[in-house]
Amino acid sequence: MSLTARVAPPRYLLGQALHAEWTKFRTVAGPSWLLAGVVTLTVAVGVAAASAARCQSAKCGIDPAMVSFTGIGPGQAVVAVAGVLAMGNEYSTGMIKLSLTAMPRRLTWLFAKAAVLTAPVLAASALAVAGAALAGRLILPGHGFTPAHGYPSLTSATDLRAAAGAVLYLTLIALLSLGLAAAVRDSAAAIGLVLGVLYLFPIAAAVISNPPLARHLDQIGPLPAGQDALAATGLKDLALTPWQGLGVVALWTAGALLLGALALKSRDA
Amino acid sequence: MTTRTVTPHRSPVTPERESFWYLVHAEWTKFRTVRGWVIAVLLTIIAITAFVFVSSDVSSSCVGLGGPSACPVQPTGPGGVPVLDAFYFAHQPVTGNGTITVQVTSLTGQVEVSQAGNGAPRMGPGLQPWSKAGIIIKENASQGSVYAAMMVTGSNGVRMQWDYVNDTPGLGKGAGAAGRVSASKPRWLRLVRDGGTITGYDSADGTHWTLVGTATLPGLTSTVQAGLFAAGSYYESRFCTFDSNFCTRATGVFRHIGLSWPATGWTGTNVGGPNFGVPAPGTLRQSAGTITVASFGDIGPAAGDAYGGTGQSLQRALAGTYFGLIPLIVVAAMFITAEYRRRLIRVSLTAAPRRGRLLAAKAVVIGAVGFVAGLVAATLALAIGTPLLLRAGPLAWPVSLLTEARMVAGTGALLAVAAVLALAIGTIVRRSAPAVAIVIMVIVVPYLLAFGPLSGSQPQGSGPGGGGGWPLQITPAAALSVQQAVPQFHQLLAVYPLTNGYYPLAPWAGLAVECAWAAAALALAFFLLRRRDA
Repeated sequence: MSLTARVAPPRYLLGQALHAEWTKFRTVAGPSWLLAGVVTLTVAVGVAAASAARCQSAKCGIDPAMVSFTGIGPGQAVVAVAGVLAMGNEYSTGMIKLSLTAMPRRLTWLFAKAAVLTAPVLAASALAVAGAALAGRLILPGHGFTPAHGYPSLTSATDLRAAAGAVLYLTLIALLSLGLAAAVRDSAAAIGLVLGVLYLFPIAAAVISNPPLARHLDQIGPLPAGQDALAATGLKDLALTPWQGLGVVALWTAGALLLGALALKSRDA
Repeated sequence: MTTRTVTPHRSPVTPERESFWYLVHAEWTKFRTVRGWVIAVLLTIIAITAFVFVSSDVSSSCVGLGGPSACPVQPTGPGGVPVLDAFYFAHQPVTGNGTITVQVTSLTGQVEVSQAGNGAPRMGPGLQPWSKAGIIIKENASQGSVYAAMMVTGSNGVRMQWDYVNDTPGLGKGAGAAGRVSASKPRWLRLVRDGGTITGYDSADGTHWTLVGTATLPGLTSTVQAGLFAAGSYYESRFCTFDSNFCTRATGVFRHIGLSWPATGWTGTNVGGPNFGVPAPGTLRQSAGTITVASFGDIGPAAGDAYGGTGQSLQRALAGTYFGLIPLIVVAAMFITAEYRRRLIRVSLTAAPRRGRLLAAKAVVIGAVGFVAGLVAATLALAIGTPLLLRAGPLAWPVSLLTEARMVAGTGALLAVAAVLALAIGTIVRRSAPAVAIVIMVIVVPYLLAFGPLSGSQPQGSGPGGGGGWPLQITPAAALSVQQAVPQFHQLLAVYPLTNGYYPLAPWAGLAVECAWAAAALALAFFLLRRRDA
């Protein structure tokens, strides 16, 4: 009788990792609460902003999509917390040692973790954005956003593009947070870092009085670039086109995930 | 036989171990021995100081319609304050001491009454609250020279104003339209010059005089210009730039003009030349015993959006505060959440069973750390930033040493209270990431919203009161007003925008809002810490 250990064939590893991570994700209450918070906050702030917005005359220069999606601002902070905790909790509870023992291929594990975070965040974001867009569609026409003022319909192709941009933006922010949390291994430092990266660029752009530099800051910062992805009107005045904006956010996310992967691969857990 | 009593053993408790300061010392030891936390506080100081190099990058070239042009220069008055000094002046030269007296029988004007569809103003009869006409003694007819004036205003009664920034009420203070001058309710105004001192009086009947104020004008020349003036007030006169028909105009009617100096006849001068870039001169009409002066423009401080120069607010040097706050908030929240994560809280509470005192000790330590970090950072930022900003030209407003001290101490207090707030939120939620996210959301994000669509960022037509709206009034971010370096004036109706460094609340009032938040959070944290199991 031979004593060779039976090792599971590698091609099943990713599937197993995904299944394990999904079990972890769904059996803890925290993530569901956070994602519910994303939906509530995004819709509630969107409703408040739409109720406050007024368009008195033609060319009032207000983008209805931007108004409806005002809630993305606070909503993304909750998404960031969810992304940070997905990784940070592994470290703060010591679970990471168990996880990496069970799944020695660290990059596969990180990929599974990211994939398992992506699906529910994508779903919650879609729900949040749909709610905010619906609220805007119901409220804004009553506040002067009418065809007479140059807002023919709020379900045109650009509006759908803006909504898709908002969903993708939130998801990318979750992954950015996951990557940075993997890089710094501490939830508090990671959330500070994520929010710092998000808010540094727009505040700096608002504060400095050097228009070309401010425009560059608006182009390279993940938050202002993401804002461009939410726009539906006045696209000519934006620092980036919507898809370019989303591309910039995707580059930040890719960079953060790469940083996280390198740290995970090269350090002891 | 005697009974022996046995005293059970008790380990001696030294009195100093009971003391609160012993607890503070223990918490301080916890803080300073965590290397990451000390580094983060240093990061706070570095972030605030280093951001000076970004925020002081002020482009000093101006762009006109046809490419680069000369930058507009705001005239300055005594002490280097930027001033509005553009009005119609009916004057004559007078030498030595003397008196000028006048009866004002009417103040009328033209203001914007509604807006046309294209945003252009529709003008109609009316007055701005600070439309004014009266008598003035001014060193000469050039912009920025020293002066003292007695005047009737649109709805602020009789005032005495001098040297652009000073304002004292006389008759009909706060009386609104009821206090407005009319033919049946004329006002008598008088200015008395005695060397470098000018005293203002007002009267309802020309016989019973009341002292309004005394202005000391150092270095006033012996020969000065005395006479009558009118000014429509700055507010909304910015439309003058496009069309002089859109100017806010005031017309004063004067009778019984009495000068104790020998009269030489009136000369009419548009002080400041073509006002606001448009040649729309004021007018002087003389008929039997009556002089009518009509003009737009204003005479007063150039604050808010009335400032047309390129100078910057010194507050720009402290713009890095937002970034410095982030590492400090992380550390302050972790100061308690790390105890929960590492279960150290049980040891801490065993050692200090009176839980409120433990929280208080932590608040004292983290508050002191934040205060010192803010003090050091603000001092460094101002020391480095002031010369950098001055490279691009003089500051918008001269900043007194007292104001600088308030900005530095205020930044320290702002960081200290933010740290205490983060500690309290950390105690309430007991988890690092949500605590940090919440505190950053309530302190840093409102500043962004203040520029965003929620606030309608400029309070158009609301008069004095800075920009930014509710995000900077009711959230902890209101405390940033403690760094305001430019002054506001009740006697200048203008828009005070956030981009010019104006906040909606007064400096210490803004800090009080942040303190209220921190106090409320600390009270809830205290309640929960005592009530919950650790």
